[in-house]
Amino acid sequence: METTHKYRVLIGKPGLDGHDRGAKFIARALRDAGFEVVYTGIRRSPEEIAAAAIQEDVDAVGLSSLSGAHIRLFPAVVEALRKAGAQDIPVLGGGVIPEEDIVTLKAAGIVEIFTPGTPIDKIISAYREACEKKSSV
Amino acid sequence: MTIDRLLEGLKQRDPRAIGRAITLVENGDESAQAILSSLDEDLISQAIILGITGPPGAGKSTLTNGIISELRQSRKRIGIIAIDPSSPISGGAILGDRIRMMQHATDRDVVMRSMATRGRLGGLCATAGAAVRIMSSCGCSTIIIETVGVGQSEMDIIRLADITLLVLAPGLGDDIQAMKAGLLEVADILVVNKADCKGADILAMDLETVSRQEGATNQARVSMTVATENKGITELLERIAEVDSEHRDSGEREKRRRGAHDQEVLDWCLEILRPRLLAEITKRDLPLLGDPRLKAKEILEEQ
Repeated sequence: METTHKYRVLIGKPGLDGHDRGAKFIARALRDAGFEVVYTGIRRSPEEIAAAAIQEDVDAVGLSSLSGAHIRLFPAVVEALRKAGAQDIPVLGGGVIPEEDIVTLKAAGIVEIFTPGTPIDKIISAYREACEKKSSV
Repeated sequence: MTIDRLLEGLKQRDPRAIGRAITLVENGDESAQAILSSLDEDLISQAIILGITGPPGAGKSTLTNGIISELRQSRKRIGIIAIDPSSPISGGAILGDRIRMMQHATDRDVVMRSMATRGRLGGLCATAGAAVRIMSSCGCSTIIIETVGVGQSEMDIIRLADITLLVLAPGLGDDIQAMKAGLLEVADILVVNKADCKGADILAMDLETVSRQEGATNQARVSMTVATENKGITELLERIAEVDSEHRDSGEREKRRRGAHDQEVLDWCLEILRPRLLAEITKRDLPLLGDPRLKAKEILEEQ
């Protein structure tokens, strides 16, 4: 039988900031690159994002933040996934994120961080790589 | 995850195992057969499958959310399969039905899965059918399949359902289109959502008239709801229960299950045959001239 594998990713915004243009831009770009994108919208808790990622059995989770809460919220999603036994799902993030925070976030288990000006091709190949890595486990 | 651990996880109703199982079946993985034959047939036959369709923006996801809230009050475990279209160009998809249902995201008794059409016609029916079986076998007593309606693939999905709801709203020019496409005949219950908006009464009247003309036996085929305010949901669920019990008494439920089963088997046949046939056609390197239909017949007769 023919196998029809597609990479599935979840794009969501944890926390209270409602600026979702970035998240929607990434969602559309991934769709146009052939990904199936589960979009959960704004104002989600880390636990909600983790639960949705598990039910949807996604290959990667993408988070977006503008307000500055990334330093607390992104690792909280990694932690929520770990608690739910899904530490193998990679988490990527993007937003207005200062250079020095990137190191902290990567140390907390975020695979890749994108900032304003990151070329879209680079973002898409980072997602593809993260998905490939996960499926090969 | 090994297949043994996966099957054990399904027995424990572990959300990870359920999610994984649906992916494997959806991708046509080798393990699909082992997964599907391990399921609890009794639970599958008891579950009620609701199809919810209608034009974009009619409020299907919001209504589904309202139905979930109501059913959760009676502690029922619910499965939702939300289908959105894949892009015919990139093959990608945006699956956005979860946005309206996130209030149930951390409720372990609400099992939700988004699914893209992936350009399959019949194949979608087979995949969604498998997801229904996995969910009901894992204790979901109601399964809702939600899809944007009017096209052929949506009609196929509706065939899977025991009871179909067509959701319409006033002010959408698409309503008449939905009737033309024949959805009105297959729907058991017509829901006029956004019933607090101008034109809702007229739409409900029009629908009553059309369904009477089409010889529907049900008097109260039209239900009114305001899904954003949870209005009319209790009445709608009562109506669904009535139709369900009518269908059980009259043998209609059994008849539909039979039809859905045969259709699913046919879909799987085609899914399995397609790559084989394509390989055979490619191998023959047929001349461009001549009637394709005739060539197809010749190939099939030799098989």
